[in-house]
Amino acid sequence: MSKTPKLWLWLSIVIALLMTTPIWVLVSFVFTPGNENWQHLLNTLLPEYVLNSIWLMLGVGFGTLLLGVSTAWLVTHYRFYGSRWLHWALLLPLAMPAYISAYTYTGLLEFEGPVQTAFRELTGQTTLGWFPEIRSIGGAILLFSLVLYPYVYLLSRSAFSASGHHALEVSRTLGVGPWKRFFYIALPMARPAIIAGVTLALMETLADFGAVQHFGVDTFTTGIYRTWSGLGDTHTAAQLSLVLLAFVALLIGVERWTRKQQRYFEQSTPSTETELTQLKGVRGWSLFAICFLPLLLGFLVPSAQLFYWSFTTADTQWNREFFELAWNSFSLALISALVVVGLAVILAYAKRLSRQKSVSRLVTVTHLGYAVPGTVLAIAVLIPLAWLDKVIDDFAYNHYEVSTGLIFSGTLFALVLAYSVRFMSVALQSVEAGLQRIKPNMDDSARTLGLASGTILRKVHLPLLQTSLLTALILVFVEVLKELPTTLILRPFNFDTLSIRAYEMAADERLADAGLPALLIVLTGLIPVILLSQLMDKKRA
Amino acid sequence: MPELRLHQVKAMHQEHIAVNQVNLWLKAGEVGCLLGPSGCGKTTLLRTIAGLHALAEGEIQIDQQVVSSAKKMVPTEQREVGMVFQDYALYPHLNVEQNIAFGLHRHSRAQKEARVAQLLELVGLPAMAKRFPHQLSGGQQQRIALARALAPKPKILLMDEPFSGLDVELRESLAREVRGILKAEGMSALMVTHNQNEAFAMADSVGVLKEGRLLQWDTPYNLYHQPAHPFIADFIGQGSLITGSVCDCRAVHTELGLLKTQLPLGTQAGEAVSVLVRPDDILHDDRSDWKLEVVNRAFRGSHFLFTLKLPSGEKVMCMSQSHHDHPVGSKIGIKLEMDHAVVFTKEATLSQTL
Repeated sequence: MSKTPKLWLWLSIVIALLMTTPIWVLVSFVFTPGNENWQHLLNTLLPEYVLNSIWLMLGVGFGTLLLGVSTAWLVTHYRFYGSRWLHWALLLPLAMPAYISAYTYTGLLEFEGPVQTAFRELTGQTTLGWFPEIRSIGGAILLFSLVLYPYVYLLSRSAFSASGHHALEVSRTLGVGPWKRFFYIALPMARPAIIAGVTLALMETLADFGAVQHFGVDTFTTGIYRTWSGLGDTHTAAQLSLVLLAFVALLIGVERWTRKQQRYFEQSTPSTETELTQLKGVRGWSLFAICFLPLLLGFLVPSAQLFYWSFTTADTQWNREFFELAWNSFSLALISALVVVGLAVILAYAKRLSRQKSVSRLVTVTHLGYAVPGTVLAIAVLIPLAWLDKVIDDFAYNHYEVSTGLIFSGTLFALVLAYSVRFMSVALQSVEAGLQRIKPNMDDSARTLGLASGTILRKVHLPLLQTSLLTALILVFVEVLKELPTTLILRPFNFDTLSIRAYEMAADERLADAGLPALLIVLTGLIPVILLSQLMDKKRA
Repeated sequence: MPELRLHQVKAMHQEHIAVNQVNLWLKAGEVGCLLGPSGCGKTTLLRTIAGLHALAEGEIQIDQQVVSSAKKMVPTEQREVGMVFQDYALYPHLNVEQNIAFGLHRHSRAQKEARVAQLLELVGLPAMAKRFPHQLSGGQQQRIALARALAPKPKILLMDEPFSGLDVELRESLAREVRGILKAEGMSALMVTHNQNEAFAMADSVGVLKEGRLLQWDTPYNLYHQPAHPFIADFIGQGSLITGSVCDCRAVHTELGLLKTQLPLGTQAGEAVSVLVRPDDILHDDRSDWKLEVVNRAFRGSHFLFTLKLPSGEKVMCMSQSHHDHPVGSKIGIKLEMDHAVVFTKEATLSQTL
């Protein structure tokens, strides 16, 4: 028995090292002096990146707050036309990656797009000078708010429905009116959840590459990409990444702090007897309109555009090449999901069986990867792997006169490693939640019944873990499928995926041709959203 | 002057009738309690009185003013009722002082401070003013919730299972303490519970609800000794029903002999009825010649509870002192100590199988 804890400790150390080495390597660049590219950046572009990022964060913070909190409040406290299905349908924009939404809105709102064309025909004007340019920072703020508000909606909705009802009813018996109830009781009680939701949305905003790239809004991620691909300067790209990481670390700090507070704000049972206020007529319809608008603009309009493009381009795009693309994407996503979930299971068991503080800390560290933007992570993975490849290649060449080439950095290994770092947290959360349901007493009681540990694993753990493992697999699978910047930087030469194809078509101004691959990504992305809403309905019932 | 009056109150919960034809009259300064198993509609009735649940039929008056009727619905905010919830529903972002002061809108700062201090004194937690809810124990939170509800001096205080979140040992002592606080404030109160001990410790009047109907509204003493319904006889205290036949209008003949009683209306001589026998109606006496067989025994620490078989096979319960142990199968002597039997018609009994 005494050997087992040691084994777990070593296993978790190895995995944790693998998961965090890229980040440590990146952080080590703090101590290296900048070259002339860095000096140039510092004087010209960096202030713009910082300013753009701050504007984006302010705008998206406000936008997601407004959309997320208002819709969450309305569906949890009122009954109106459609409130039941809006309850889950408001989550749908989660399936719409920001870059894909950006392509569809560009297609809809650009000069040749249907909206401007309709306006021109209607007014007879040949140019519409007043028409706002969607490819701008304002457009980006709107777009991010529309696809990211579900984070705020999700967290504030559960805060509103978990604890608020009795507290609000007490306020009524104390003679307090509806507006004061919302601002003095409901909002402060949900505050930690709301802030947590906004920080998640802001982290996604900072991590985005595809949408800001397409809109021509220069931020850290586009800067990092350009420094790496245009200048070939990994060193400066790494340093730029560090500045972005500092922003992210700040957000994580805020999020952690509010989660701590949340514990005190969570109250016991949701009230089942409370009957929601019914609103009919004009008031009912206006509530419907308020809640339907984010869904319409965040999901339905972009989806409709994708469907339209897919149909119009089907004869040229629906071919063997597309199936190869889909095959590449799905097999890469499946392999990555299996690797990530496999590692997550080892880590989760290490934590459970060793019961050592050090193991549990190592596992916690591996959660951090989710916060690292894909662009940053790609650079972070590239640097140590490229170095390793060079060492191996030099060694082989010097001793055997063969060139081994890029065996790590130029293959799928690099991609899978980067995905593992980034999505380990997603998988771990599922697996750990599943393991928590298997009480240690269950193992002990099985042992007293004379079952061997292998049998316990097969007969007790596996059936109980099944759902969590499957959930983890699906979540990672879809995340990998949607992922753009990491794949763009780390993919092997000539290896294309759905997201890459959508990106390249959009970059070539062939937006319609981006439709089919993008649609497939969105449709696959619906699976976890549906799972999520079902899970919540179960909780409610 | 009655403080709370319900007349033929009916309330719906979605499609089914949660509360039906409830009449109730709580006098000023009295503490009332609605007792019943879970799902009997007691919480819905309480919420209907608070105006948090819609009234379907009937009328509710508080302080001689109609607050709920088919035509009129005074919003909760204007009813001046205090409410204490099962989970206390303290505001987690406000400290104790701010929680208690939350309902004091039209008071000056000084008035607020004075009232808060007074209430903290009343509930015995004067040192806790600056604490936050999560820093308090369950019992303390409960008392703060009570203080918050009492602060604006409501016309009536409503409490929904106020002690169910607490340890069993704490419940009764806190129930007595809360009763003291309510009496000190001269507050009329109505609470809901499924626990008979709490109800008896708190209330002047207790109503037993079953499937939305109020079966009896009476003092705890009368509920035990004169239950109006076989369900109440079963729900409150222990006992068993044995068959008897009506002798005349003052007595009923049973296997335990001729028992004095007040017969239900409309019963005729010779008619079969059910007679309630409490364990304390039959005393164990070794000297008695009247012997019955023990079919079950339960040791309760302070006493034994024997189940005895009558010649017909019907069973009754008997209490004895804790050092009088007799094995199952033996026969023990008993004597009857019952001055007034409670009798139910067979119809009533059948509708309520004990």
